[in-house]
Formats: sequence, C-alpha cells, structure tokens
Amino acid sequence: MRITDFDIYRDILKARSGLSITQDKAYLLDSRLTPVAKKWGYASLEGLTMALRGVPDEEVIKDIVEAMTTNETFFFRDQKPFDLFANTVLPYLAKHRKKKSTVRIWCAASSTGQEPYSLAILLKEHAALIENLNVEIIATDIADKVLNTAREGFFSQFEVQRGMPVQLLLKYFTTEGDGWRLNDDVRSMVKFEKFNLLDSMDSKGQFDVVFCRNVLIYFDEATKSDILNRISNHMAADGFLFLGGAETIIGLTDSFKALAERRGLYVLQDSAHDLDSMTA
Amino acid sequence: MELAARNSEHSHSAYRKILLNWRVRLKSCLIVDDSRVVRKVACRILNDLGFTCEEAENGQKAFEHCKSKMPDVILLDWNMPVMSGIEFLEKLRMMEHGEEPVVMFCTTENDMNHIKRAVDAGANEYIMKPFDSDILKSKFVQVGLM
Ligand SMILES: C[S@@+](CC[C@H](N)C(=O)[O-])C[C@H]1O[C@@H](n2cnc3c(N)ncnc32)[C@H](O)[C@@H]1O
Repeated sequence: MRITDFDIYRDILKARSGLSITQDKAYLLDSRLTPVAKKWGYASLEGLTMALRGVPDEEVIKDIVEAMTTNETFFFRDQKPFDLFANTVLPYLAKHRKKKSTVRIWCAASSTGQEPYSLAILLKEHAALIENLNVEIIATDIADKVLNTAREGFFSQFEVQRGMPVQLLLKYFTTEGDGWRLNDDVRSMVKFEKFNLLDSMDSKGQFDVVFCRNVLIYFDEATKSDILNRISNHMAADGFLFLGGAETIIGLTDSFKALAERRGLYVLQDSAHDLDSMTA
Repeated sequence: MELAARNSEHSHSAYRKILLNWRVRLKSCLIVDDSRVVRKVACRILNDLGFTCEEAENGQKAFEHCKSKMPDVILLDWNMPVMSGIEFLEKLRMMEHGEEPVVMFCTTENDMNHIKRAVDAGANEYIMKPFDSDILKSKFVQVGLM
C-alpha cells in the first residue's frame, strides 16, 4: 500500500473510532478491508481508496471502522477482575448503597457480550448479597455487528469453553444446535446500546462501576487520557473502574488512582471510599 | 509458581520450565484416552504449560496407575474400551486420596446430560472435543492449576 493511501485510512480511523494504526500495521488494512471493498462493488482495495478521496459514503466508512475493530473477548477474561468485582465491589455496594437504590454498571467496549454476561452471571451467583439493590448493566460498543451477536446470547462451543466454568455453563446455558444459548433471565439483565467512546457521554448518566477493558490499548495517549477523564465525570464519587491487564492510568490521567493490592481496579483520585471496610 | 506462571506469557517456554523446575515440583498429569494421537497432542500442550505427563489408554489402566501414584490432574476421555471414563471417575473418588486430583473430562460427549452426570460424579471441569491449547490452558487457569 502506498504511504498516501495509508494516510487516508489512518486519518479516517483516528477520527471515527480513535484507532491508532502505524505503518507497520498496513498489512491489516489489506486483509481486513479487501472484503469491504468487494462488498461495495470495488474490484480491489485501490478502488475503495479512490472512492474515499471523493465524497465518502457514511455507510462505507462505518464498514471500514467496524472491519478494523478487534473483537477478541472471552468469559471471565483474566478472572482476577471478576473476583474483585464479586468479592470487593459487590460487598462494598451492598453495604454503602441505600435499600432499593439502583446500581449502574457500564461495560464500555463489550464486543460480543462475554464481559457483561460474565458480570450478569456473577450478580445471579451473589443474588442474596445484593437482594436490596436494583442492578442495571449497560453494555456498549461501536460496532453493530458485535452488538447484534451479543444480543443473541448464542455462543459456539469454542467460545463457552474459553472461561466459562462448567458448573456455570450447566446452570445458565442450554444447548441449541451446535452451540450454547444463554438463558433468558441472564440475557435480559444486560442492555446493549451502540456507543462510540469518542462521543459525548452526557446522555449516559452516572455509573457505580465501569468496565473499560482492552479497548484503550488501541488508542494513542491523548485519546486514552481524554476518554479516561470523561469517564471520571460519569462515575459515582465512590465508583469503581476496571481496566484491562495491559492498560494503566500512569501518565494519562490524574482523575483516577490505582487501588493497592487490587490490580486493575481504580477509583476516583478524590474518592469518598471507606477503604478500610473493603476486603481484598 | 504463581509468579512463574504469570510471567510465562512473555517468556520463552524453555526458560519457563527452568523457572518452574527451580521453584516447585512440576505438577503431574495423567492423560487417559484410547487414542494415542490425542494423548500425544494433549501431552505436548501440557508439557508446554509446565506439567509432566503420563498416559493410560483406558479407565482400568488409569485406575492401576492411581493406586500406585496419585497424579495432580487427570484428563479423562469418556468412551474407552475395558473401563469408561465415568466408571473410572466413580471408582477414583471412592479410593483413598482419590478426592485429591483435579479431574477434567475431555470428550466428544457434549450434551448436557453427560456433562451433568460427570459433574455429579465429581468432575471438576469438562472440555468438549475438539479442543486446542487455548481451551486447555484457560481451563487449567480457571481451576487454579496455573
Ligand atoms: C478487544 S474488545 C474488548 C472486549 C471486552 N471489553 C474484553 O475485555 O474482553 C475491544 C472492543 O472495543 C470496541 N471499540 C473499538 N473502538 C471503540 C470506540 N471508539 N468506542 C466504543 N467501542 C470501541 C471494538 O468494537 C471491540 O469490540
């Protein structure tokens, strides 16, 4: 791919999804966008590139953005954050939220749903602890394709085996064809919506828990800072933020601080936590 | 062990093995399957994950093995000649120290009835064939073996 062609895609992706790609990833453009070019009737990627130099069709751009997202995910990914959620965050919320109040959880890049559904299953497993709370899970992603898959709640044998303990599989899924269907009572606990992290979060309201995992890694530093700062404006004063295993706040934001002994878990810098009452 | 396993993703597997060897006794896995090919594939993956492997071609052989030496983990097929996996598991859990090994079924019997029966008989995990190294690894992490 010519450098000038590469620049067109780099600029579109940066502006539309925040994805930051460098020249050494140019091969990814070829492999992932050639099918998009074909879909829109171009013989090759060059044809698509030419069209983008004119007035680009929004639908084509949407396809380009989606095709370049990495949607890899699995149930209970990295396990530790989910242990922290169940053993630290839920007991904290159970203790500090008023009876009958609504606790809001946001999965900010939910891909095909494994992350929010893992949380929903944990809520079921710890139902007694939070019986006086009304818990909402809002799961968002930029890509329609993964949102649609997520809403289905249907997973292949391969997908359920990556991370779903067999006891939970038996309890919350039923076999269907050659895959596994998540039972309706769990599926209905998660509300999926399309949302681009670059857009204003004003309509999102305030959250008690935010999972923003394995998405910031694709952005440049300025974009990471901006997203983290804006998320901080939508957190309860004693809310919790989870980042992915390869992600950090160091050098990016002063809005959050890491919790000692609880890797991957962050709270607001000036948080009003009664930390002593939290068990690791 | 924990530390070694965590770093392992980034380090070379030979280096990892040295680390593991040095810090702790390697965990042992008994692979019970009537297919030699499956045993070899599983064994190679498990060696890479830092386990030593021994093999048995049916439940009876596995049972004999456990009488002389109880492994840390057992990877268990369902359908085998002489003694099936489920029969073996039932006998194992009655033996002295037989509750100790982590037992993972690894079989093409993928319906809920089989899975339920296995869990009721004391299986800790259940791998549905075909499997690959990602699945095997994630199951081992999940049950706390790594
Ligand atoms: C690797 S997945 C992470 C899934 C899950 N959070 C996990 O950790 O397993 C990254 C997801 O981020 C989404 N994504 C990328 N850019 C985004 C943006 N600007 N706004 C919202 N979601 C975005 C992608 O569509 C993809 O599904």
